Amino acid sequence: MKYDAIVIGAGMSGLAAGIRLAMFDKKVVILEKHSISGGLNSYYQRRIPSTKELFKFDVGLHALTNFAKKGERGRPFTKLLKQLRIPYEEFNLKEQTTSKVQFSSASFRFSNEVDYFISQIEETFPSERDSFHSFHQMTMEYNETDLSAGYVSARAVLDQYFKEELLKEMLIAPLLIYGSAWEHDMDFSQFVIMYKALYVEGFSRPEGGVRTILNLLESRYKELGGEIRYRTGASSIEVDKKVSGVTTTKGEFIAADKVFSSMGLPETMQAIDGEFSAPVGKLSFCESLFITENKSFLDNIEDTIIFYNDSDKYLYRKPESIYDSSSAVFCLPDNYERKQREGHGTIRVTYMANFDHWVSKEEEVYKKLKNKMSEEAWELSKRLMQSEPTILLKDVFTPRTVKKYTGHIEGTVYGSTQKNKDGRTSVDGLYVMGTDQGFLGIVGSMLSGISMANLHGLMEG
Amino acid sequence: MSEQDVKQIVLDIIADVAPDEDLGDLDGGVSLRDQLDLDSMDFLDIVMELRKRHKVEVPSEDYPQLATLNSCVEYLSPKFA
Repeated sequence: MKYDAIVIGAGMSGLAAGIRLAMFDKKVVILEKHSISGGLNSYYQRRIPSTKELFKFDVGLHALTNFAKKGERGRPFTKLLKQLRIPYEEFNLKEQTTSKVQFSSASFRFSNEVDYFISQIEETFPSERDSFHSFHQMTMEYNETDLSAGYVSARAVLDQYFKEELLKEMLIAPLLIYGSAWEHDMDFSQFVIMYKALYVEGFSRPEGGVRTILNLLESRYKELGGEIRYRTGASSIEVDKKVSGVTTTKGEFIAADKVFSSMGLPETMQAIDGEFSAPVGKLSFCESLFITENKSFLDNIEDTIIFYNDSDKYLYRKPESIYDSSSAVFCLPDNYERKQREGHGTIRVTYMANFDHWVSKEEEVYKKLKNKMSEEAWELSKRLMQSEPTILLKDVFTPRTVKKYTGHIEGTVYGSTQKNKDGRTSVDGLYVMGTDQGFLGIVGSMLSGISMANLHGLMEG
Repeated sequence: MSEQDVKQIVLDIIADVAPDEDLGDLDGGVSLRDQLDLDSMDFLDIVMELRKRHKVEVPSEDYPQLATLNSCVEYLSPKFA
């Protein structure tokens, strides 16, 4: 039996691509190495020691970027819903109030109303008011999804517009840490994708978090007749002039005309011949999670996410130390539509991390380092919230965890520094999608799967 | 099949592809893109639905023929004959 297409990975891009292919009667199978879907945006559960309750944690998804109101025209999220034919209401989105970029000598907020963001920049950087208006105008007119565009340094573009170093640092910081595979800088197309996703469109979260999205995608895919195999990875991609299929980690050969891989570009190329023929990204992260007894601490803080940096210069890179606590993404995943106060609270603190250090440690040392990091993250949380909630459960994930569950070489979160925007690889019939195709964020990764399925799976017959 | 039937087929497809759009007072002579929030992805869906539901093939070089409701009817009618 031969498939029209094999999709490797049941993450956001794989599920979205699967839906598109199955919608138009392609015979498609998704292979997922893990026992649940989601990839980088998934979930796991732990038991709260004192109450014995099972508590589910989201991995990835601090926020769903690219907020759109129902039917709002031209928005990526609206396009996504149309392409997947999922009604807006089913996502049950809860909007943020504000989020904040907080550096040592300045801070600004943004919300889901772009005018608020613009006024915050004007107030914080009055001397850059006119430059900011032309910059904003230019980004709004920029064609960031042009699949043929080459690399343009975002910092070089910022330099052309602005004199104030601090403004440049603060504008780029959240966009880097929410998606850049490059250290210090990013491709300007990706900058614009993220600029619109965060500052123009804003944040929301589906009620129920990442599981709501995954359940919607999975059930849509299955109702269209799509097949999905869990605990079944791609151990090698078979090529006979063009792609011929995939041999699974269970040793079975599955034949197909086309293979759509969301494993990452270096990981995909490695599955062909065991060679690394694409650069491996350096960025990985560790995250401390805290489950609190209740949500009353939310009374003190309106922000959903704080992009924190303890100086005025933002260092975005693989740190030399095991993790870098000089900057952090502080996330309150309950702080959407702030009326709901039942149940336990969640606090998440993300630091940049060094993969090599985390993997080289003995188990004992590894545990100690996780504890140390968690304590440091808690100190920061208390400061940012100006309160001290009671913790019921703590957990930590590190680059080692990312590697284990996603298979990404060196635990990279934003993939390779080589992006194949049109999805093509050196092998005919083999396409990459997801992070290494280059659309960012959760909405971006779903649109990546959709675009690649459309371009290579549907338009070409 | 009458031109009215073909028109209805196209409208039914657009209603499914772009459920938030109001198709009540579409001007048949004006570009669909100027009246509705349709992008190239949506046009692909219209083409894919024509194939799936009615076994009608629209090669990519003919996509411009689908610009307005009238041109859709004119172009597609012979294919439904």
